[in-house]
Amino acid sequence: MEHLELFFKSIFIDNMVFATFLGMCSYLAVSKKVKTAVGLGAAVIFVLAITVPLNWLLDQYILQPGALAKTLGPEYADYDLSFLSFILFIATIATMVQLVEIVVEKFSPSLYNSLGIFLPLIAVNCAILGGSLFMQSREIPTLGLALTYGVGSGIGWFLAILAIAAIREKIRYSKVPAPLRGLGITFIITGLMAIGFMSFGGMLTGGDEDKGESKTEQAILKKDTVKENEINKLSENGENKTAINQ
Amino acid sequence: MGLLSKKDAKLITDPLADNNPITIQVLGICSALAITAELKASIVMAIAVLFVLAMGNVVISLMRNIIPSKIRIIVQLVVVAALVIVVDLVLKAYAYDLSKTLSVFVGLIITNCIIMGRFEAFALANGPWQSFLDGIGNAAGYGIILIIVGFFRELLGSGTLLGYKVLGDPIEKTGVYAFGYENNGFMLLAPMALIVLGIIIWVQRSRNEALIED
Repeated sequence: MEHLELFFKSIFIDNMVFATFLGMCSYLAVSKKVKTAVGLGAAVIFVLAITVPLNWLLDQYILQPGALAKTLGPEYADYDLSFLSFILFIATIATMVQLVEIVVEKFSPSLYNSLGIFLPLIAVNCAILGGSLFMQSREIPTLGLALTYGVGSGIGWFLAILAIAAIREKIRYSKVPAPLRGLGITFIITGLMAIGFMSFGGMLTGGDEDKGESKTEQAILKKDTVKENEINKLSENGENKTAINQ
Repeated sequence: MGLLSKKDAKLITDPLADNNPITIQVLGICSALAITAELKASIVMAIAVLFVLAMGNVVISLMRNIIPSKIRIIVQLVVVAALVIVVDLVLKAYAYDLSKTLSVFVGLIITNCIIMGRFEAFALANGPWQSFLDGIGNAAGYGIILIIVGFFRELLGSGTLLGYKVLGDPIEKTGVYAFGYENNGFMLLAPMALIVLGIIIWVQRSRNEALIED
């Protein structure tokens, strides 16, 4: 149950792209075609599933305050190496990505051909480092949950890039104002998608937030419904007009 | 510009507008969006990136002839990570509350694409002084966008700037609130950063039509 909850949460509620904006650079650069987007998305799931549990082990047995006591003996209990976490995490990620690249190239050339070109890109994808850093700051308790979190966030990222790539393929045929073409409209679409994804927010936490938060949320919801009503009215007017014209 | 030659000055001024790292080169978007709900956090983030990018560019440029090209990404990452640790510790020591607001995003400067992008594109091929100027210019271009987004989100979202109530008090109905103005809480939510950025791109590209994509 715990696993399922975390899995769902990391895909929809704390979606890497829509809630925390991680991995936006490659999200924007590689989302022009669905096919390449799927390749990169799969590579991200794969690398997150490996690096998050690995960094969890590093965090538990080396980096946390007092963690060295578990590995080296009680006389090291006073050491706090947590300031080293950035450098160790990124080193793990960079070497794992390189290692995965070599292994995949050796054993599955066809997979390498579809994933390979994306692997170097991934070492500097903030979604990967972000996954490890959030794992650390949210204090995920067990190795199994860390794996679930890694896979879940990877799938969330995959979903996001797949969706935007599909939309961008279609929007090429629409009449977008010239200065907005390309980057601008992609930003605005992503913003709208993020607003959509926010509606998942209440699904797991419903009821137990503190009142201050829920008040602002209600206010926002009200504004949303007001806007929707306006939009509905506008579209109704539009339909009436077209009906009259016909 | 007595100190800088014309070419050097161009290194600084180009990224400010026509070759802006965020709106034109599409680098370093992640942090631009996540931490801009307050102007103060945006300014601190801009300064942190300025430090890391300028220093990192100099270091990489000094080492450019001895780094084997196969492992250059790991070397670059280690240099950035070391600089970011410095920034993180300084923030924790002198601005603890802010470092809590920025949370993991200080660490994510490491994978900020602006930094790797400038290392690859500039510092590996140019001397330390030019690289330093390039770092300053690009970080400033990044900072400007961050500050513009932060300014609008804080002003429209909570009616304050740097924590000062510039629009009056929303509870006692002073200032513009006396005329029925309301804060738009929506601006504080993450998705609005994307839309504000989209509008900035729209404005910039309508002013300079050479930048329009096809």
